[in-house]
Formats: sequence, structure tokens, C-alpha cells
Amino acid sequence: MKDFFNALADPSRFFLIFTVAVLAMLRWREFFTAPKVALTIFAGAVIFFVWALKDPGFKANISKPDNIPIIFMLFLVGYFSWLSLYRAVKNDRRIDRGELPEEAVESPKKVLVWPDLVYSEFICMLIGTAILVIWAILLKAPLEEPANPNKTPNPSKAPWYFLGLQEMLVYFDPWLAGVILPGLIVNGLMAIPYVDTNPKGNGYYTFKERPFAITSFFFGFVVLWVSMIILMTFLRGPNQAFFGPFEQWNLHKVEPTVNIQFSQIFWQQWLGTSRPINWLMREMPGILLVLGYLAVTPIVLAKTVCKKMVTQMGNPRFLTMMIMFLIMVAMPIKMVLRWTCNLQFIVNIQELALNI
Amino acid sequence: MADTPEVPKPAGAIPPPIVAAPAAASVAPASAAPVAKPAAAPLKPRPKVQMVWEPKELHRRDWMLVGAWSLFAVASLLSTIFYIVRFLFPNVTYEPPLQFKAGLPTEYAPGRVDERYKAAFGTWIVRDDRGLYALSTTCTHLGCTPNWLEGEQKFKCPCHGSGFRKSGINFEGPAPRPLERYRVGLADDGQMIVDKSVKFQEEKGEWLNPEAFLYV
Ligand code: FES
Repeated sequence: MKDFFNALADPSRFFLIFTVAVLAMLRWREFFTAPKVALTIFAGAVIFFVWALKDPGFKANISKPDNIPIIFMLFLVGYFSWLSLYRAVKNDRRIDRGELPEEAVESPKKVLVWPDLVYSEFICMLIGTAILVIWAILLKAPLEEPANPNKTPNPSKAPWYFLGLQEMLVYFDPWLAGVILPGLIVNGLMAIPYVDTNPKGNGYYTFKERPFAITSFFFGFVVLWVSMIILMTFLRGPNQAFFGPFEQWNLHKVEPTVNIQFSQIFWQQWLGTSRPINWLMREMPGILLVLGYLAVTPIVLAKTVCKKMVTQMGNPRFLTMMIMFLIMVAMPIKMVLRWTCNLQFIVNIQELALNI
Repeated sequence: MADTPEVPKPAGAIPPPIVAAPAAASVAPASAAPVAKPAAAPLKPRPKVQMVWEPKELHRRDWMLVGAWSLFAVASLLSTIFYIVRFLFPNVTYEPPLQFKAGLPTEYAPGRVDERYKAAFGTWIVRDDRGLYALSTTCTHLGCTPNWLEGEQKFKCPCHGSGFRKSGINFEGPAPRPLERYRVGLADDGQMIVDKSVKFQEEKGEWLNPEAFLYV
């Protein structure tokens, strides 16, 4: 049983299962959000945790003060995903029948910020503070010895909410993973109100009216951000090697991997020649691949699958959205390539310290 | 409003000089305005007050003030710049010296990675069958300190899992280039000298430099 879970936790398998699970949940949302099914899944998760906590290694990892928020977060993310989909399914049924969404019936009038909103915010703040105080009393802060530049803790992990970023750093250069991509995430989030001017779904839950928006949100947040936090916290051990949840953290787990560059694959394996000396020639295939991915795909999509979307959004909006979307999708593509083919960089210009 | 656009115009045209002398602006109005007022008041009060800013009407005392303020401004600007620059050069540094003696080359066993200078100087000294070289302990990815794993014969970084061979060449994980090597040489007393101020990077072909390797 434990071996089975360990085998599932291989990164590419884990990622695949996670993605498929989220997509399946969205596709068969009517089934999965039925309270009975959802409760069964929840009970299953709790039973799994209780059973798994008998394993000392798993317990040690889970009960680190650092990792407890992550457990909370997992259950919270699960709960809120369920809640939103559950209500979306209900509303979709009502809309199909030609009725108004539930929210429109419940509170047809606008309510005032003061006192309605501020009161409930105030109460939430009190409860939140109380929980934090109790938490701080019960659990010691995970303080460590003073930092020593010569000794990096092994494994070194960022605060839990940054683990997704740290996971990104494993696959990309620091300038990309630490500067450009986080910047794009923030700017992309800020751009949403300007890019997405579709009024559908404002103020009420729905899935049918916004399938693409909701699916990309689930993919970006649950699959890319939350699953990366899980991966980084529970599946990475010393030397950032991958360990199954019930595997001993062995300092000497040998992973015989040797990176390969895209230019090597292209020139040596596909064309059977040696790589050109000139770096521009050498990296041309990779550069073209990246540019093609970012420039050609939106055009192709606009002409084929997304015709309707383009007419609705207009060209500039569609382009902005598409490029953000493609960059988001590029993340898992690169991760899977690293896990399966040990591909290090698609563009690898050491001469300019530029790697993609 | 629309009938009398000509009157405010001169007033609008004059302000630029005020902008041009910011240091004097805070002082001059108090002292200069009373001087100008008696002459200006009967005709067009507004433009005349503005005229005060023309240099002709500045008295000697005002000039002194303008001079004093500009002197003050220049002096504070210069001293600010000076001290900002000065801050970049601390009086005392706790960094270890960039050059250190690393003992006799014969102290190092062939094929071994020596960690005795890792903590103090951030350097691994490695001996292969031809000689010695000094590797920097800074990961080329984001600057963590990797660990030498004797069993696997590789340096492995705990931050994002980069791996380096004993030579310093990167072969796994995200590190984009090999570890850097420091300049090595022999002192008069036969001891090995490591000079961290000179670095050799493999991807620039610098490891072929004779100073990057100490033949023994
Ligand atoms: S700092 Fe060494 S792998 Fe990132």
C-alpha cells in the first residue's frame, strides 16, 4: 500500500494525476459536487491522513510547524472548490430552466458597505485574530540557528507560500523564475479586469457561462500553485531529490540524471551532426521554438478554435490573454520535459547568460 | 472670464523664473515684496508683484541671501553625495582576506575533495592525478552553498538540486554554468596560495589559463 503511494508520487505521475483529477472534477462537476460524493471524498482524505500519520516519516514531515498551514490550506482549497462548483451547478440548472441565479433571488437589492460589509469583515477579523493567537500559543515558531553562509540547510525550503516559486526556480534561470515570471503573474492578475470584460458570472456562481475562465483559473491556481506547494513540501527531501510520502529521507538517494540541452537533441540526435560553433546558429532551433510558441500559437488559435472568443474580446485583449495563458501553460511543459527527458534548457546561451 | 483673457496673461508668462531659482524662493518674497509694492500698487498690482523676481530689483542684501542659500544647498548636496559614497567603503570588514595560504600541495590526497577551507574561505581544494585546483563554493544558480557527497562523487546544492562533478562542471539541476575556479599558485615557502580575487569560468574557456591549475 505504501509502496503504491510512493510510486504515485513520482513527479510526472503526481502531476498528471493531479491535473486529470482537477479536470475530471470540472467535467463531471454535477457528480462530484453532490453532497454525498463530496463527503465521501472528504472522509476518504481524512482516513488517508489518519492512516498515513502512523508512518513516522510522514508524521514528522506533516507535523512540522512550517507545514501545518499547508494542511489547512489543502482542506480549505478543497472546501472552497467544492462550494463554488456546487453553487455553480445549482445556478446552471436554474439558468437552464430560465430562472434567475440564486444570488439574484436571495439579495435582489444592493446592500450598503456600512454597516453590512464592514460588520461581517470586523467579525471575521476578530475570529481570525483569535485563531492566530491560539495557534501562536500552541505551536512554537520554527526558528533555527543563526544563518551561516557556508552551510545551507539541506533541503533548503522557502516559506510555504513561496514554494511554488521555488519549484519554478528548479526549471528556469533565476532571472526568469525569480523576476520575469512572478512579475507576469502579478501583472497578469492585475490585467484580468481589463482583459476580461465579460459581465457573465458577476455576483453569482456559474460554470456553464464561463467554462474557459474557470478552467484556466483552476489550472493556474489549483494545479500549478497548490500542487507545486504539495510537491515541494511533501515530496522533496534532502538535495531536492524526490521522495515518496512514505519513503525514508535518505541523504544519499542517487538520481543518475544528466541534463541535456535542446540544441544537443536537435543537432546531435535528430540531425546527427555536431553543434555549430556560433551560438546564434546553435541555439536557433530553440529560439525559433520559443518565438513560434509565443507568436504563432495565438494566431493559429485565433483563426481556428477561438474564433468566437476573438470577436467577443477584440484583438488586443485576446492577444494579451493568450500570451499570459501560453506562458502559464509553458510552465508544466518545461517541468514535464525535465522530469522525463532531463531537458535543461530550450535556449541555452551561456555566452550571454541567457537560458530559457 | 472669457472677456478678459489678456489681463492674467502677463502673470502667467512670468512664473518660469520662480521655478528657476528654488533656493531663493523661500526667503525672497518676505524681504523683496514690501520694497516693490509702493511703486507697483497704483497701476496693475498683480503683474508688478511678480516683477519682483527680475534680477534688476534685487537689492544687495537679497543677493547675499540668495548666495547664502545657494551655498547652503550646494554644500549639503555635495556632502550628501560624499557620505553616500563613503558608506560604500566600510571602516572595518569582517570578510576573510581574499588571498590565503592553503598548506603544502603534498598535504592533499589525489582524487579527494578537501573541505577544510570551505567554512573559512568558501573554497574547495581538489587534487586530481595531475595537480590541484580551487573551486568556489557558490552555486552558480542562485548562490547557495552545495555539499560534497563523497559516495556519489558530486557536489549537490540543497536549494534547487543542482549537481556538479568533481571538476566543477554542472550536469544536473538548474545551474546554468560550472562552479568557478580561483587562481592558484605557489608561495616562496612551497605552500599553495589561493587568490579569490581572480576567478576563472569554464564557459569562457578560462580554465585553460595556467593560473587556474597547479601542476604538482
Ligand atoms: S542555488 Fe544552487 S541550485 Fe539553486
